Amino acid sequence: MEQPLSDIRVLDLTDDKGLLCGRMLADMGADVIKIEKPGGDTVRNTPPFYHDIPDPEKSLFWFAYSLNKRGITLAIDSEDGKAILRDLVRKADILVESFPVGYLKKIGLDYAALKKVNPNLIMASISPFGQTGPYKKFKASDIVGMAMGGYLYLCGDPEKPPVRISVPQAYLHAAAEAAAAVMIALAYRDSSGEGQYIDVSMQQSVVMNTFQAVPFWLIDKKVLERAGPFRVGLSAGTRQRQTWPCKNGQINFVIYGAWGATYDILVQWLEENGINTEDLKRLKADNWDVFNMSQERWEKVEKPIGEFFLKYTKEELSEGGMKRGIPLCPVAAPSEVVNSAQLAATGFWMNVEHNELGTSIKYPGFCYKFSETPCKVWRRAPLIGEHNMEIYHNELGLSVKQIISLKETGVI
Amino acid sequence: MKKATHKQALKGLKVLDFTWVVAGPISTKYLGDYGATVIKIESREHPDFLRTSGPFKDHKADPNGTGYFAFFNANKFSMLLKLNHPQGLLIAKKLISWADIVVENYVPGTLEKLGLDYEHMKAINQDIIMISASGQGQIGPYARVPIGGNWLSALTGFFWFSGWPDSGVSQPYGAYSDLISPRFMIVAILAALRYRQKTGKGQYIDFSQFESGIQFLSPAMLDWTANSRDGERIGNAAASSAPHGVFPCLEGRWCALSVSTEDEWTAFCKVIGGARWTKEVKYASLWNRKQNEDELNKLVAQWTIRHTPEQVMLLMQKAGVPAGVVESTKDLCEDPQLKFRNHFWTLDHPVIGPYAHLGQASILKETPAKPRMPAPCLGEHTEYVCRKLLNISDKEFVEYLNGGAFGVL
Repeated sequence: MEQPLSDIRVLDLTDDKGLLCGRMLADMGADVIKIEKPGGDTVRNTPPFYHDIPDPEKSLFWFAYSLNKRGITLAIDSEDGKAILRDLVRKADILVESFPVGYLKKIGLDYAALKKVNPNLIMASISPFGQTGPYKKFKASDIVGMAMGGYLYLCGDPEKPPVRISVPQAYLHAAAEAAAAVMIALAYRDSSGEGQYIDVSMQQSVVMNTFQAVPFWLIDKKVLERAGPFRVGLSAGTRQRQTWPCKNGQINFVIYGAWGATYDILVQWLEENGINTEDLKRLKADNWDVFNMSQERWEKVEKPIGEFFLKYTKEELSEGGMKRGIPLCPVAAPSEVVNSAQLAATGFWMNVEHNELGTSIKYPGFCYKFSETPCKVWRRAPLIGEHNMEIYHNELGLSVKQIISLKETGVI
Repeated sequence: MKKATHKQALKGLKVLDFTWVVAGPISTKYLGDYGATVIKIESREHPDFLRTSGPFKDHKADPNGTGYFAFFNANKFSMLLKLNHPQGLLIAKKLISWADIVVENYVPGTLEKLGLDYEHMKAINQDIIMISASGQGQIGPYARVPIGGNWLSALTGFFWFSGWPDSGVSQPYGAYSDLISPRFMIVAILAALRYRQKTGKGQYIDFSQFESGIQFLSPAMLDWTANSRDGERIGNAAASSAPHGVFPCLEGRWCALSVSTEDEWTAFCKVIGGARWTKEVKYASLWNRKQNEDELNKLVAQWTIRHTPEQVMLLMQKAGVPAGVVESTKDLCEDPQLKFRNHFWTLDHPVIGPYAHLGQASILKETPAKPRMPAPCLGEHTEYVCRKLLNISDKEFVEYLNGGAFGVL
């Protein structure tokens, strides 16, 4: 066995709500077949596009989250389509879907029906609020998801409305959650032989992003509010600056991390720049009594640090800081992330060939290095119906004549 | 009662947990929630950062009274161990023999210094699986800089995409990328476990939180590598929706809503009573609405401000328009959907009392996650682990205790 999931086949019937799940399983070696509607899924219209050409074969969202999958087209709402899907399910281990709640039941392809075809099937459904409960029929876009998961409330400046991360996040949390849940169900199937149904809620997947905010409500009946560039929640009632202006942008630095050692290095660096560090030293001498520290005192400590940061660019600060062992991080744009010296050293980025585009594109790599089973790029994201012949003809044994007829009738 | 209710997916799995703060402990909580035996190694001299972070019961800075730690640490044993003490190290080696999986997220190099890196562990337990989850990976020029999710979220680009076009960044709350890592870690851990079951081979996994965070910005990264575009702050706007954003409601609260399709626009107009402006040409298509978005948002706000966010949500959802309360933590704790799905587990915590611990986001029908134990007090299970799990004799245990193997008790 080459990779942990080399013997596993996954049917991926998701859209933007779940593509990452199949991608994560494919990276572990699973044979993931993305099933799209004939003509291609609408998720292919998700921007940004390669060279800004809005073409279903050029969505960078699709490229990123369908990497390493094969792709076929199938109208699962037609009778022939259903028969073919059941055939595929018979030979699959896992099915992941993100249709509106109730849709698969309506067309006779819910878990109860598919289990009859494959008794050991693991099936995961990703939905906005889960398959049960008073909100089960509610719709949610990314911003609604981040709002109802409690995260949006905490993001933004106090004097302005809450503001989201504008690259959609909510369903990525849900899709990653589905991948984790599928792996747990697979561990159980490996030991017991039993498959099962998994009901993933996007809202619930987002909730844990609120960190200690829920505890502050539970313990102190205090609602933490958004605080812009400041951290709140270290102790009630005070705030500490985290995002600092510097010469050419912004830099992130947390005075009280868990690590006193880096503090001394910073103090020394400030002194080398002729900055008075008396208040910083006193804080350390007082044994970091951060919970009882007044806001006034925090600001006294912050003032010289703020002055220091304004003297330098974010590149000077982050490189100078990292070299000294202090985590000083630029508020980085994608270009800066792509040019990161650290990521170059870990060999993170990888080139993926796109022959149809006559080029290769640099992709984010894998976040894990396995000593025995390294992740690999098997293939770029599939074109529309790219593996129809391979799967329908070579693997399911449909004749060329049958396939032509299915194409003509709009089934594939 | 069906026996199904007693099944646990990961029962029997033995996890040695050298993690702290947020990302690591959440990953081991996953394993514990689904039935694994998790032993969290702690020390009073170097407590888990969360044990020193509020909110505290009765405002007393007690490592056992913090609601933050409790929220994220149900279903684990806590064991005190002084790793830089010869007898402590000896017990650590017994734990390594016992374990299937070691999870750690110390600053890279820390375990190596203690003689507890993967090579040493492998010498003790040939097929051990070990995952080191660090900020920026185990190799590279900045690997050994101590770093956490706050910094990494800036470094990864999340700050860059948060805020308004006319002002600086509005950083996303907390240590955002800390909450991206755990699910990737679970996939990696269970993949390695499966590989071991099939082949007998353990392995080492070098996991980078920086790199896992980037997975959530992949399209934006490709926008740079393919199109040389860095993206920009667009507030709450979205390319193919209008109106789209959060809108002010009664009580100083907010409701998020988004209108993308023409059907949704028609439904939206109907819900707000078909106001005259909704029929104007400048709002007649998505393109037109995007062109006049600022004005549109003001008009929408004039309607939402007369309602509670719950009213806006229910009216819009009934008509098929995505909308939802911008929930505060109070709202979350009272959310009927989260209650229905038992998202928070109330467990009787020895210091805090009945307390809601974080539950799981998925329901596995046959093997659901289960609250078994509240978050442990510091070192609560030291003796239990030694005697029951490691079969250390009473005499030996007392020797270790007196010798200082567990550090300050």
